Amino acid sequence: MSDLIRSIDYQTEIAPGGHWSLRLRRGTVMRLTDITGDANLGLLMFNPDNLLERYNAPDTLKCQHTFKLTRGNCLYSDMGRVFASIIEDDLGWHESVCGNSHAELVNERWGARDFQNDRNAWHQNGHDAFLVEMAKYGMDLADLPANVNFFNKVVVDDHGRMSRVAGHSQAGNSVTLRFEMDTLVLLHACPHPLDTASSYPARPVKVELGTAEPVRDDDYCRNFCDENQRGFRNNALYYLGQFSEAV
Amino acid sequence: MDTAIFNEAIMAGDYFIHPVMAGQTVRIVDIEGNEAADTLFFSLDDPSERYSAMDTVREQGNVYLSTGSQLRSNLNRPMLDIVADTCGRHDTLGGACAGESNTVRYDLEKRCMHSCRDSWMLAIAEHPEFGLHKRDIGHNINFFMNVPITPDGGLSFQDGLSGPGKYVELTALMDVVLLISNCPQLNNPCSGFNPTPLGVLIWDA
Ligand SMILES: [Zn+2]
Repeated sequence: MSDLIRSIDYQTEIAPGGHWSLRLRRGTVMRLTDITGDANLGLLMFNPDNLLERYNAPDTLKCQHTFKLTRGNCLYSDMGRVFASIIEDDLGWHESVCGNSHAELVNERWGARDFQNDRNAWHQNGHDAFLVEMAKYGMDLADLPANVNFFNKVVVDDHGRMSRVAGHSQAGNSVTLRFEMDTLVLLHACPHPLDTASSYPARPVKVELGTAEPVRDDDYCRNFCDENQRGFRNNALYYLGQFSEAV
Repeated sequence: MDTAIFNEAIMAGDYFIHPVMAGQTVRIVDIEGNEAADTLFFSLDDPSERYSAMDTVREQGNVYLSTGSQLRSNLNRPMLDIVADTCGRHDTLGGACAGESNTVRYDLEKRCMHSCRDSWMLAIAEHPEFGLHKRDIGHNINFFMNVPITPDGGLSFQDGLSGPGKYVELTALMDVVLLISNCPQLNNPCSGFNPTPLGVLIWDA
């Protein structure tokens, strides 16, 4: 186990097309593992104490002068704070601009399959999966921002044309987040919107939850760039006066 | 230009909020050059339907906006077409400046400097008739901004594409609310550290 992780205490699997949400305390780690290869794990984050504070992809990308997300990067809220740090990553590239598959796209590419006929082998899409989880907290379409798509590499040429790199993620590849704030996390394992697989990409993702070691002064993510040092200081300000061994 | 039904300047640091009806064409002008128009569009009928950078870039397969780009909503419906563009490229990934992100990007003590997101917050507070809320304020277009993505996944903020009098024109495909922050950014070389006015003109179909 990494010297950044104290323990792994729970493990589960998000089934293909499945979705889940849970509130994680700061100091929690979440490791995501691609079980079969070429998976997609859509992720959104909100502040459970103020749902108007949410993951902000533009701020995350421009604060770190990056288009891709990998180890060392922090995932920022729109309030200049860090929801989570990427403390481990096998892949070197996860994307955060393509959004979700939606019903029309899934139906056109892989055919409509409904629960009535196909039970759990139906074709769920990422857009609806997030709306289902968001509604549980009183949120709706207006609250849906750009998400992270873990395990997916989307490259851009000089003219701006985008393409998804098929097979970027192999079975067993993983990425680990350490939560730096209390965070409402929404997840789905629906197909990436640029996935052109010939049949519906039914790919499960393993989720492990545990506790982090305290963040040290020489922490890789905190010191990854000056911006992240300031992001961590904004978090410390947010938690001023509260005791926590995690920060 | 004489036939425009609307012609107004937006000073740096001000917001602009105005309906654009289906069939109308709006021109946004970078009057002195090097300015950024941080722009959002909402459905006039239901502001929870709004411009979506993700749907737009996915459907066109390209991260930059120019003539021929169709701006799409978060329900993946067409909202506006870019019908003319004398600048050549516009950014929709970099987002808007905010007091909070400025503390991260520049310095913890830059919080109090004026920002686009603050302009939008004032706009929604002063114009309740449009039914907009902080949760509606999201991923915007930066007209006249050039934010190239490098092959190895970097993001750079570059100067140089826009210039005095360059403009972009959009034809509305549904009734929309146009919300612009004329960026007051004093920290970013994209504005040459000197924010300047934008122009907005609207023509009927
Ligand atoms: Zn700005």
